Amino acid sequence: MENLNSEKQYIDLYQSCSDIIAEHSSEVMNALRAEAFEKFCKNGFPTQKVERYKYTDVPEAFKPDYGLNIKRLNIPVNPADVFKCDVPNMSTLLYFVVNDEFYTKAMPKTGLPDGVIVGSLREASKLHPELVSKYYGKLADTNDSVTALNTMLAQDGLFVYVPKNVVLDKTLQVVNILRADVDLMSNRRVLIVLEESAQARILFCDHAADDRNFLTTQVIEVFAGENSSLDIYELEETHEKNTRFSNLYVSQQAYSNVLHDSITLYNGTTRNMADFNLDGQGAEIHSYGCAITDSSEHIDNNTVISHNVPNCQSDQLYKYVLDDKSVGAFAGLILVKKDAQKTVSQETNSNLCVSKEARMYTQPMLEIYADDVKCSHGSTVGQLDEMALFYMRQRGISEAEARRLLQNAFCSQAIEQIRLEPLRDRLHMLVDKRFRGELNKCGGCKGCK
Amino acid sequence: MLEIKDLHASINGKEILKGINLTIKDGEVHALMGQNGAGKSTLSNVLVGHPAYEVTQGQAIYNGQDLLTMKPEERSHAGLFMSFQTPIEIPGVSMVNFMRAAVNEKRKYRGEEPLSASAFLKLMREKRAIVELDSKLANRSVNEGFSGGEKKRNEIFQMAMLEPTFAILDETDSGLDVDALRIVAEGFNKLRTPQTSALVITHYQRLLDYLKPDIIHVLIGGQIVKTGGPELALEIDEKGFDWIKAEAGL
Repeated sequence: MENLNSEKQYIDLYQSCSDIIAEHSSEVMNALRAEAFEKFCKNGFPTQKVERYKYTDVPEAFKPDYGLNIKRLNIPVNPADVFKCDVPNMSTLLYFVVNDEFYTKAMPKTGLPDGVIVGSLREASKLHPELVSKYYGKLADTNDSVTALNTMLAQDGLFVYVPKNVVLDKTLQVVNILRADVDLMSNRRVLIVLEESAQARILFCDHAADDRNFLTTQVIEVFAGENSSLDIYELEETHEKNTRFSNLYVSQQAYSNVLHDSITLYNGTTRNMADFNLDGQGAEIHSYGCAITDSSEHIDNNTVISHNVPNCQSDQLYKYVLDDKSVGAFAGLILVKKDAQKTVSQETNSNLCVSKEARMYTQPMLEIYADDVKCSHGSTVGQLDEMALFYMRQRGISEAEARRLLQNAFCSQAIEQIRLEPLRDRLHMLVDKRFRGELNKCGGCKGCK
Repeated sequence: MLEIKDLHASINGKEILKGINLTIKDGEVHALMGQNGAGKSTLSNVLVGHPAYEVTQGQAIYNGQDLLTMKPEERSHAGLFMSFQTPIEIPGVSMVNFMRAAVNEKRKYRGEEPLSASAFLKLMREKRAIVELDSKLANRSVNEGFSGGEKKRNEIFQMAMLEPTFAILDETDSGLDVDALRIVAEGFNKLRTPQTSALVITHYQRLLDYLKPDIIHVLIGGQIVKTGGPELALEIDEKGFDWIKAEAGL
């Protein structure tokens, strides 16, 4: 019976351990657990019959028995050893999250302007309960069972707060390190709040330090205040034993400008969901992504951009290069509500299947209820251009090198959108290395072996 | 020296080349003339290993190497270069990266170290001057947004970078105005050495006035039906191909 029901182990866990979970977290986070649990019990994991989950088998992903560190035992780690993938020519403020626990031992000593908070979500919600509770759980919809599970189980994560008119010059670089001696499930929670006219850039890098099976749920809530500007870059460089479920929820006020770029270089099974809500006039969202896969990797990006008010803009570009037996999926809905006149939106998903076995599912969607809008959407799935390959080979370039050049060129469009030049250069290099199958320097990631 | 013996080739099951015999010695320039559909481009594509063509019979030996068993890149390393009739656009791949990859792969084949970034850029500058190629074009994606004439100039620029010993010019003169034709042809002549040979495909005498070929071949229906000296090209320019067809009993 147990094997038939992936939910059961999580229900049992919560019922038997909710006290311990609560004890090692904060009141603000604990306040939402009971309701999330109720929803999770009611809804269970979505099957592939549920539209937004049709490309990833969720019950299967959550079926294995993983350990959880709900007692917050100290897992020995030296982030500086694990993490050597620095970005040259870019001065960042570097933070670490180990599994789902903010790492306090290696925080930058200086550099944050007055009033800015970057740190443990648990501790921040103890120190500033009114501030955190004003936002925590307000966007993340627990009718989604992955979000419900995260809300039930998450004990810590990251909190970023930038007050009104404060500009963070330096990029915040947050390295999520998966580190364990047993198979481990982590539930990471992130809350980002930018007040009016605040500016910040955040780079998340996901790495796996150990050759273990990892399962991670992550919920990120983002509140972008009026006229604020926020860049979020997410870079996954893990390995084939990693399963990642990340749900991002963004609410944007008037004239805010958000850029989200999600780059998957090495992974196992990844499902990234992103819901962008344009809630104030003149808001702009730039949603980009790039995925490079081979072997039996699985990457599923699912986005909704919701134009809730008039005069907002969105543009979206996702690019995939799929090799071997890997599977990619992209489903992106642009929803233009009845009042959202003068919406300008464009959505593109283009994909290369470079092997015969690779598969891509693409589903760009437009739902428009306003009558004065400018919207376009489209997708392509193709192979490498044979004539371009031949042209390059005639000039003496080997077939492998020619393929690499074409694949790099294909991805570069999604990388070019990055608004930070050093990071852009770094990513061009990482993408190139990825296609070369070359190693980079961090411990346990697939690219590092 | 290139020796082609009884070469037959087809595309999509249709035979185009029906027994080509041709020998081009080092230092010689041969022109290949003939009407559209005669098989001129097929011959050049087969020599450089275009994957769409199937060789069904015959041989092509270049300096003792059996070309037809070699990959396109190996033929390039052996010294073959083709100026494409329709140069390919490669969006997203910059001319600089493209040429650097090509030059360094050739150097690797010869057992030489890759060029340093500065040495490479210096080489680009020198060779660009030969065909008066705008430096802006060198920073763009390969052939993307180039005019017809710029694309052809870019072909000769690439030839200058790679210094082949056997060049095939497949209608390099088509679409060129008088000035561009002169620049391209003079550029090509500057690159010639006593060892380099070439096969030039053209419909027009104008290019041949510059290149001064040693031998002219006429290709009709997949076979070379007539071979002669430079005067043959002049005769064709004046009288067309019908008299050659009649002479060959076609």
